Amino acid sequence: MLILLGVAVIVVGFAIRLNPLLVVLLAAMTSGWFAGLSPLQVLAAFGHAFNENRFVTSAYLVLPLVGMLERAGVRERAAAMIAGMRGVSAGRFLISYMALRQVTAAVGLATIAGQTQTVRPLIAPMAEAATEVRDGPPAVETRYLVRAMSAATDNVAVFFSEDVFIAMGSVLLVVSFLTTAKIVIDPLRISVWSIPTALCAFVIHGARLLLFDRRLARNAKP
Amino acid sequence: MIKLGFVYVLAGLMFAAFAVFSATDRANRKRWGNALFWGLVAVSFLAGDRLGDLGNGVLVLGLALIAGFGFLGRGQPIATSPAERVSLAERFGNRLFLPALMLPLVVAIGVLLLKPVQIAGVPLMDLKQATLISLALAVIVAVALALVLLRQPWTSPLQEGRRLADTIGWAALLPQFLAALGVVFALAGVGKAIGLLTTTYLPVDTRLAAVSVYCIGMAAFTMLMGNAFAAFPVLTGGIALPILVGHFGGNPAVIGSLGMLSGFCGTLMTPLAANFNLVPSALLELPDRYAVIKAQIPTALLMLIVNVVLMYVLAFRQ
Repeated sequence: MLILLGVAVIVVGFAIRLNPLLVVLLAAMTSGWFAGLSPLQVLAAFGHAFNENRFVTSAYLVLPLVGMLERAGVRERAAAMIAGMRGVSAGRFLISYMALRQVTAAVGLATIAGQTQTVRPLIAPMAEAATEVRDGPPAVETRYLVRAMSAATDNVAVFFSEDVFIAMGSVLLVVSFLTTAKIVIDPLRISVWSIPTALCAFVIHGARLLLFDRRLARNAKP
Repeated sequence: MIKLGFVYVLAGLMFAAFAVFSATDRANRKRWGNALFWGLVAVSFLAGDRLGDLGNGVLVLGLALIAGFGFLGRGQPIATSPAERVSLAERFGNRLFLPALMLPLVVAIGVLLLKPVQIAGVPLMDLKQATLISLALAVIVAVALALVLLRQPWTSPLQEGRRLADTIGWAALLPQFLAALGVVFALAGVGKAIGLLTTTYLPVDTRLAAVSVYCIGMAAFTMLMGNAFAAFPVLTGGIALPILVGHFGGNPAVIGSLGMLSGFCGTLMTPLAANFNLVPSALLELPDRYAVIKAQIPTALLMLIVNVVLMYVLAFRQ
């Protein structure tokens, strides 16, 4: 049971806000030590796994595109587009984004948008502009809230809709795990049973976004 | 056939350029730290397979030490001023969105149309990596289009990419670090130990209790491990199959599906799911690194209740 101290290192390290890269390495060393591995063995195992997982970091290939578009004014243009609309608010704008993101993720297009390529250059500036349309220039804390909510909305939309698509990795994992337990199931059935959750996610997070609008309006009043 | 190696070479060259530009950036007091950090990432992408396991481990240690001891600064490439960007935005108008739309379009074409293409019996691209390969192709097309359309300096994609990479900083590497940690934890048997604790000491004698333990367990375990995929086999094998399916006769498709979705509730609440929760905080320049998680917690908790209720209602109809 002492190997669980690695998990404790993670929890404490993240809670007291040490640098996470160091915390992660320390946690690996701790659990490895109690599992009877020397620090060098852990380092080698970690290095091997790090090398095998390079695909995770290759998603940053979009940075040059996003950066160049920002240089040419894409965030300003996105904000100006919203500023020209009437009746728009951060919450309502994010609800329409969530709907679009849920529908596209449900047909297998979860990767066409994301935090780096969509939320940073387009969605967050648009949501901030929408706040400004309704309540005037927001305080800096309000801007932070709106940005965090934009990122949260993207995550919520994708997480609870991507399983509606049958070729999603998580659906296939469920199917293959059940198969090893001698329960054979068509992936379509896993997908179908995730639809109620997708609908509830839209209703619940949508309601939170409407409440968020009210909170922004209250914050704006002097 | 286009393989993952193509993506890695492209990423390696990109990070190498970030390193070189960082080294020449006199506006950044810590420029050597940045140059070394992105340089090590470039080495990993370009030569990782030739370094050996311990070599990669030493590289990882280097990255962690640079980040941990605060040797990373933020580069300041010479870019457009806010006023210039406003006037550029007016001049270019909606043309600015074309490259941004080109990206998902080419990804979709790649995943839906190019993936099945075969030339002389050989697939055009490695099927397992079709999404990443399509993304790499899409970036090349979209950057080329943007260079032509928006007439920005040819170095600007790399300089501006470096600016964003410095904005994200060490958090950019955290997801890959956590993926590696998951492997070491599995090697040490951490998942099994937690699973054993959960399945041994929790009450599962009524149907509602068992459903709640499984769903909440999936969320909690996912929070500790950082992803639902690690939690799913342990808790489904430990609780769902023997008790919910075996003892109470529940429908395995409903239980598996909602079990995984309960895990996702946990993903929304843990800093260990760094690419979803911590990287965006850095990207959006939020002072609180946990701001996105805080915005997600109410939705995640409500959705966890929804999943428990749905499983209880839907899995046991006869």
